[in-house]
Amino acid sequence: MSIAETHRRQSTLDHIVYVLRDNPVTLVAFAMFAVLILAAVFGPSLVPYDPLASDATKALQPPSAAHWFGTDNLGRDVFSRVVVATRLDLLISVAAVALSFLVGSALGAAAGYWGGWLDAGLSRILDTIMAFPLFVLAMGIVAALGNTIENIIYATAIINLPFYARLVRAEVNIRRESGFVLAAKISGNSNLRVLALHIFPNALPPMMVQVSLNLGWAILNAAGLSFIGLGVRPPTAEWGIMVAEGANFIVSGEWWLALFPGAALMLAVFTFNLLGDGLRDIVDPRRRT
Amino acid sequence: MLSIKDLAVSFRTRRGTVDAVKGISLEVASGETLGIVGESGSGKSVTSYALMRILDAGGTIKAGEVTYGGVDLRRASEREMGDIRGREISMIFQNPRAALNPIRKVGHQIADVLRRHSRATAGDAKAKVVEAMEAVMIRDAEARYHAYPFELSGGMCQRIVCAIALACDPRLLIADEPTTGLDITTQKAVMDLVTSLIRARNMSAIVITHDLGLAAQYCDRIAVMKDGQIVETGRSVDVFTAPTHDYTRRLVDATPREGASIRSLLPAEARTPEPPHKRSTRPLLEVRDLVKTFAGKSGPVHAVKGVSFTVNEGQTVGLVGESGCGKSTTSSMIVRLLDPTSGEIRFAGEDLAKIPLQKFARDPRRAQIQMVFQDATDSLNPRHTARASIEEPLKRLTNGNGAARRARVEELAELTGLPGHLLDRFPHQLSGGQKARVGIARAIAVNPRLLILDEPTAALDVSIQAVVLNLLADLRARLGMSYLFVSHDLHVVRLLCDHVVVMRGGEIVEQGAAADVMGAPSHDYTRSLLEAAPNPPSRKTAA
Repeated sequence: MSIAETHRRQSTLDHIVYVLRDNPVTLVAFAMFAVLILAAVFGPSLVPYDPLASDATKALQPPSAAHWFGTDNLGRDVFSRVVVATRLDLLISVAAVALSFLVGSALGAAAGYWGGWLDAGLSRILDTIMAFPLFVLAMGIVAALGNTIENIIYATAIINLPFYARLVRAEVNIRRESGFVLAAKISGNSNLRVLALHIFPNALPPMMVQVSLNLGWAILNAAGLSFIGLGVRPPTAEWGIMVAEGANFIVSGEWWLALFPGAALMLAVFTFNLLGDGLRDIVDPRRRT
Repeated sequence: MLSIKDLAVSFRTRRGTVDAVKGISLEVASGETLGIVGESGSGKSVTSYALMRILDAGGTIKAGEVTYGGVDLRRASEREMGDIRGREISMIFQNPRAALNPIRKVGHQIADVLRRHSRATAGDAKAKVVEAMEAVMIRDAEARYHAYPFELSGGMCQRIVCAIALACDPRLLIADEPTTGLDITTQKAVMDLVTSLIRARNMSAIVITHDLGLAAQYCDRIAVMKDGQIVETGRSVDVFTAPTHDYTRRLVDATPREGASIRSLLPAEARTPEPPHKRSTRPLLEVRDLVKTFAGKSGPVHAVKGVSFTVNEGQTVGLVGESGCGKSTTSSMIVRLLDPTSGEIRFAGEDLAKIPLQKFARDPRRAQIQMVFQDATDSLNPRHTARASIEEPLKRLTNGNGAARRARVEELAELTGLPGHLLDRFPHQLSGGQKARVGIARAIAVNPRLLILDEPTAALDVSIQAVVLNLLADLRARLGMSYLFVSHDLHVVRLLCDHVVVMRGGEIVEQGAAADVMGAPSHDYTRSLLEAAPNPPSRKTAA
């Protein structure tokens, strides 16, 4: 590795440290994100109880030292279930967002760069998708394709697709005639290369904000689908189902069943919403002064 | 009338506080026009913002006194300032399009000011606005009242901004780079108008500009600023003809003017003899009847209407004209970013116009025609370091490996005078002059035979412009390239070019040897261009 590369890597790290130090909110968001990631990766091996093991003798116990979040109607430990569910919920949202990011970027970039009939056609299709109430559309897709985790991912990806495509289209469009694009063409780059290597990376900072907001929505969407009985099925631990199941017990006073998974859901969405600005600052080299 | 004493302004930034203005003192007498001249970052605009109290967030007046007609502007309440702005002191901003609200009719925008200062009522506003518009020589003011800014030319927009500034008969007018970005003939028209209005109304004015020649021509006194300090003040003629401060002298030298040679722009100690460049009579580029017609919303737009000229090997040809004359379209077609509607672009005997744009990226001749862009900032990818930008054409157009490319980038950096440690910086971490060097290094990386220079110094300070022009002169002598130099500035063209082509409205009105066209223009338009260029009093050579 040459000195220049070492230097660059060093400065990237410095920059991340700088961004985190500069903005305490970003620091909090990244810390919370790290907790979520840890819970997703190590959660299943760390939790005190088997999330699926039921024990009728301990059903519906309120939070205590043994069961921090209490137990549910089958005697399962709510804390263990909330922690274990992190992996599935994150997996669904990250996969869905990654899918819509990739497809949306490709479509939007092509539309923004070449314009013409490609742009017109694509924009109308995206408008059509957005004309539906998005959650209803996701429900329809899952109902039609079948009740599996993959289908939840596809449905969530499709309803998020237009946001990425539109954003990238606008970002590409304003740059397609800019000086550095012309310079790249004169340097012998083909159109595809100009688009992929010169224009698209410049759209990344606003995309990062979109990605992190979308991760939050995607989690909510997946949980929402489970809540109404589409998607993940019991007894799998998943925040949406847990809230749905727990909701029945709130009237009879067992509030902890729904509250804790709901709080986890809220915390995750909150984290992703806060994460956006920090991510944008990190991928934007202009912030390095 | 206005007195500034020890004014200091600082800005809070991510890297601590920056002192933009470090204790300056100025006086503007009644009826006097003061020019504040300096290069970018000298604090000249900040001074005017400070006295109008419109500094950005983060900017504070740290010390000093600003007194206008007995009122302490620093301690005046926001309400008092509101009354003073526009009625007593008003301002003309740099970019007239940005200064006007794009979605309001210009007439209404003028009316706003009049009504804010109770100079007009809803009933008589329109008549007063038309009067104000006529005062700034807007013909057909009744009709223009309903125009939106985008429907007007740049010069017309600046007149509207003037009308807004002058509507309430202020006593002091601050013009912040009033003509930057305007064509040279428009610049002359606007400046003549502003100065005649100032004189007619017996107003005082502060003209802030980077153009010493302009200031010398239109101001009574000049204050030269550098790094937040005033280095010299004096009568315009004196400052220009007998500068006392070193910096002023350098600035005066660097200002392109009649009779200057390219080396004389540099500070005296850097003036090495100019290397001669070999010119042959063998044509390298022959443009024949080149036409470009765009499909506009209201019928076809004839941007270029059949131009023909030749660039010989080693020759530098200047393509001159004002905005909209088709010079940029012509250069885009030659550099093969745009397909011509018809005509020939014969390069070394072969017609390039026949090769479609898509295929030209892979054509071996791609490397032989390169371009330096007008705006160095815009032409560098903000996500690429200087090294990556310079390396780009090498990666695509040559077969060298990574090590060879790296060596070549370093060689190019040295050739263009870019310090090696700057290669790993991003464009926003470089100064304007450094970015210009990166742009030039990138363009010459693949040894082109023809380099198209599209106003390469338009966005640069004069002292940097002097250095870049000299760099270009050195490079052509060393590498034997031909230049096609596109510019609106005749003084700059005169310095560098052997042959000049003057364009207007998509057609060539005059072409010939640079000395002939400049010395004895045969066309009226060329003559008017030459007359419009600010012609500062020449400096005594004794210094």
